[in-house]
Amino acid sequence: MSFLRKTAWAAFALAGCLAAQQPDFDKVEMQVQHVQGGVYMITGAGGNTAVQVGNDGVLIVDTQFAPLAQKLMTEIRKLNRGPVLFIVNTHFHPDHVGGNAALAQMIGAARGPGRSDGVAPLKIVAHENVLNRLTQKVVNQPPFPDQGLPVDEYFTPFKDLHINGEAVFLYHEPNAHTDGDSVVLFRGSDVVATGDIFTPGAYPFVDVEHGGSVQGEIAALDHILELTVPSKTQEGGTYVIPGHGRICDEADVVEFRDMVVIIRDRIQNLLKKEMTLDQIKAARPSRDYDTEYVGPNSFVQADQFVEAIYKSLTKKSK
Amino acid sequence: MTRRGGFFASLAAFTIALTPVHAQVDFSGAWAPLFHEDLPERLPGPELGDYMGIPINDAARLRADSYDADRISVVSEYQCRPHGGDYSMRGLSNMRIDAIIDPVTEQLVAWHTRMGFQEMERTIWLDDRPHPGPLAPHTWQGFSTARWDGNMMNVYTTHLKESYMRRNGLPRSDRATFTEHWVRHGNYLTVTTLITDPVFLTEPLVRSQSWVLDPGQRMGRDICEYNQEVPKPRPDYVPSHMPDTNPFLKEVSDWYGLPSPVLRGGAETMYPEYRQKIGKPERPKEKCDRYCNCGALDNPTCSAAPRSPR
Repeated sequence: MSFLRKTAWAAFALAGCLAAQQPDFDKVEMQVQHVQGGVYMITGAGGNTAVQVGNDGVLIVDTQFAPLAQKLMTEIRKLNRGPVLFIVNTHFHPDHVGGNAALAQMIGAARGPGRSDGVAPLKIVAHENVLNRLTQKVVNQPPFPDQGLPVDEYFTPFKDLHINGEAVFLYHEPNAHTDGDSVVLFRGSDVVATGDIFTPGAYPFVDVEHGGSVQGEIAALDHILELTVPSKTQEGGTYVIPGHGRICDEADVVEFRDMVVIIRDRIQNLLKKEMTLDQIKAARPSRDYDTEYVGPNSFVQADQFVEAIYKSLTKKSK
Repeated sequence: MTRRGGFFASLAAFTIALTPVHAQVDFSGAWAPLFHEDLPERLPGPELGDYMGIPINDAARLRADSYDADRISVVSEYQCRPHGGDYSMRGLSNMRIDAIIDPVTEQLVAWHTRMGFQEMERTIWLDDRPHPGPLAPHTWQGFSTARWDGNMMNVYTTHLKESYMRRNGLPRSDRATFTEHWVRHGNYLTVTTLITDPVFLTEPLVRSQSWVLDPGQRMGRDICEYNQEVPKPRPDYVPSHMPDTNPFLKEVSDWYGLPSPVLRGGAETMYPEYRQKIGKPERPKEKCDRYCNCGALDNPTCSAAPRSPR
């Protein structure tokens, strides 16, 4: 088994830890928030789902876990009865792609062209690295269902499409949370969906094993700040749907970006003093942020965040 | 009962019917802030490294120690930020309060406040509406609801954005909430604020601010435009001092001759008994040479420059 295959499914095992923290899926209740324009945020378990609705139909960003697909679709159908035309995946982790296949099955859409029953075909879109990760076979793991694969992948710096009367941009953020992150901008609704690059109230999971890096994370956060324009008094304007957590705006992303930069700089400074990972952990360079970004149910603990930064900084210097 | 008696009884019943079931005070009007409380902190701003009297935890202390005021110049997104809702009442702005009346029932629905600085606007709802859920956006002023307790209005605010407890880098998190008690005595308004912050405070922080009715004031516009003021040495630069390297933290101790531990703050430094513990100043000043006689008629703007003797 290749290293890549091992590491791909290690992420699934890691996400299994995340799943272990989730409540019983039967008890999960979906919460729907209108964000702005034609965009809504649906929260259940796993990552946030962004849904854009309008006269053309529905575009979904991230699909949570597979067992929640029916609940997710029920809420989407309350917003719009039209065809589901696009599923966009911000990255390959199971709490964001898990519902792809189940949703595709519910929609009943044949993939690709050639359908003759008048139903618009569903396209599942993501950066090509997401498709690469999801098609890597791992021993003792079932393959990712074909029906849920993002075969409408893109490999360019960005991809744009027009749906429901507005331009939608997918920006690839190289080597940020993973190596296949997309940030989705709804230009007319003025909403950005960030995936797990931005997780307010929780340290970001910089998945170094799957191409993530703190440098890419910071660059992606800076790009999100370029996409957002605040309204009066630096709030509102462009709204931000994070990978997990509440609806935010630019000011919230600024606090998060500054946190990542400051802790990165501290670890870089300790590296210059030739400190080892254990020594850096013992110095607790994130200690003044832990009370804000680590809680009893946090996926990423302070030491894990420090280690991820350490690994990505030392990886770069090799 | 005579006909006249019946008339007055009816009038009294009508008047009682028009009286609100709960006491209400009219806060509407134009108000000017009074600075007799905490003036050096509020007008020129707190000294760097002065956390005295604030019940902070270690995380807040290190955040403030690491704070570099250059961040406001370099990170342009900070430039047009208003105060947080808990701090705005301590600012320098005049304030206008308008009553929002339900046109159908003529009942008071909310107070709307507007500050001059950064055009901070806030609505305090009195119609028993629920606070938004945990996934709703947070704002600088937060979401406020209020109830009457006799002549006092008790306000509860949630959904705040991360901001500052003090303008020297002491942080206040977006998980903080605060309660206010609004009391009007004639032309004076006093607002007492209790801030609870599970991220940065070990005990609630209590502060109070007073205002005087100022009917003649005219509030102008204050439209802020942010701009890069200083070139960044690199694109991902956020000014911050490394832990234990901020050279400016000692200044306040030197300027005022105060023992350094006092300035580090914490719940203990809030209470009067702490004076017994700290003892005498380490290096007592012969005479005041900074922010002297602050707020007095001969120094209303609280100048840091030494005042010449009269």
